[in-house]
Amino acid sequence: MPIILDHVNYIYGEGGPLAVKALDDVCLQIPDGQFVGIIGHTGSGKSTLVQHMNGLLKATSGHIYFNGEDIYDRDFRMKKLRSKVGLVFQYPEHQLFEIDVFSDVCFGPKNLGLDRKEAELKAFDALRKVGLPTELYYQSPFELSGGQKRRVAIAGVLAMEPEVLILDEPTAGLDPKGREEILHQIKELQQKTNMTILLVSHSMEDVAEYVDRIIVMNQGKVMYDDVPKAVFSHYKELEEVGLSAPQVTYILHALKERGLRVDVSATTIDEAVGTILKTLGRT
Amino acid sequence: MLRDITLGQYYQTESVIHRLDPRVKLGGTLCYIISLFFFRNFLGYGIAALFLAAVIGLSHVPFKFIVKGMKAIVFLLLITVTFNLFLTPGEALFTVWKLTVTVEGLRTAVNMAVRLSLLIIGSSLMTLTTTPNNLTDGMESMMKPLKAFRVPVHEVAMIMSIALRFIPILLEETDKIMKAQIARGADFETGNIVKRAKALVPILVPLFISAFRRANDLAMAMEARCYRGGEGRTKMKPLVYERRDRLGYLCLLAYLAVSIGIGRLRF
Repeated sequence: MPIILDHVNYIYGEGGPLAVKALDDVCLQIPDGQFVGIIGHTGSGKSTLVQHMNGLLKATSGHIYFNGEDIYDRDFRMKKLRSKVGLVFQYPEHQLFEIDVFSDVCFGPKNLGLDRKEAELKAFDALRKVGLPTELYYQSPFELSGGQKRRVAIAGVLAMEPEVLILDEPTAGLDPKGREEILHQIKELQQKTNMTILLVSHSMEDVAEYVDRIIVMNQGKVMYDDVPKAVFSHYKELEEVGLSAPQVTYILHALKERGLRVDVSATTIDEAVGTILKTLGRT
Repeated sequence: MLRDITLGQYYQTESVIHRLDPRVKLGGTLCYIISLFFFRNFLGYGIAALFLAAVIGLSHVPFKFIVKGMKAIVFLLLITVTFNLFLTPGEALFTVWKLTVTVEGLRTAVNMAVRLSLLIIGSSLMTLTTTPNNLTDGMESMMKPLKAFRVPVHEVAMIMSIALRFIPILLEETDKIMKAQIARGADFETGNIVKRAKALVPILVPLFISAFRRANDLAMAMEARCYRGGEGRTKMKPLVYERRDRLGYLCLLAYLAVSIGIGRLRF
């Protein structure tokens, strides 16, 4: 189910003394099955952008189409959209409230009107997908570690079986190991289910390895929207707006300046190793 | 959705009223409220309204913004007016079904409506033009004499300023949790009262947990910086009266004298 944003504007506190233009004429198309990274530093409008995609914020002007239907039409059912577009917020563990992990994950599917058995099946499936150990299913969610809590919260959205999954900074506040695990699991999920995934982050390093496409947001505008290689070739411009390309980009550019004829478009460590070895003639 | 509540909010702009010493504003609001309860005729309210209009004009806070915050109180106002209108005994004006409207009732109802609106606008103007920090500073300084009666003035002021500081944070947090649960299909807008009350659980539990976590963090941070109550604590910006503050007090006195003098007259 593709999502299309057509000249979307959003202003916080419109008419007030502190009105801020959070989205400025954003036009985007998200086709099915794509893994998209949305990058921008704090306050660039990336969180505001994704909240529009499941109707939590209403654009000040512009249109959003989900599967060809205008979501601002009067007879459009928002609840249906929210069951198809799952949004995992920043620090999603702050939304946990049930007495045990399993009931918390059941909350979403139950809200969709499923009966108990179906909801429980979906919850079980979702918890397995995020790789939470079975012995934790009936523990209080508040007794888990930070990374485990986050998995439970992500499972809470996955259990609704959305077709589009949006994750807002899913790795914030996790240690490097937890970060890698979560990102890896998301990638695996995408490959298995061919779900459309939007990953919001401020770190290029996080997304470079996993995504097919990167959207760079700056001051409410789409700055770049391209495949990772093309986006990272603008690494100097990215730096000017407070972002940076992955470390390998810098290393490769530095090597090239010193006379080594490497392919600077490599974005992951593996690719970089490949191109360096190739230029050195060791393959 | 929760951002629409302007009651108790600060409106940031540059004006004489904003720069006034918080003690003047606190004292002024108190005098103004007391004066409202002294009036016996509508002329008094007229003077109070004029005074209020002048202060609003000086404060550069748009009138529209103040009225927006009143919306929450319209309901309360309506209840007061209705009850007074129908339940005051006296000379009957007209009867609708079993309810009788009396002349006295009409008078008290209008009296109440005007008094309440003036009261609310006046006191919200104080919070609109004074930062919470300034407000508690002012209160602390005004309550100092109570120390003689072993009232923990500093602690009370500190509790108040922390509480005020946390209102926007908790509002934001509520907004966030609400959105997160709506994204999981929660529904807060339909169903009967029981269903709606139950729907609040997924908001209240995370909200309480986060409030306790924040309180704990704050207590830790304060202790780490050796906070141990008001004993021997000094201020970075102590409150000092300036010329405009003395002028403010003078205006207040003039207002009190005129309004109560005229407002107490019987016609």
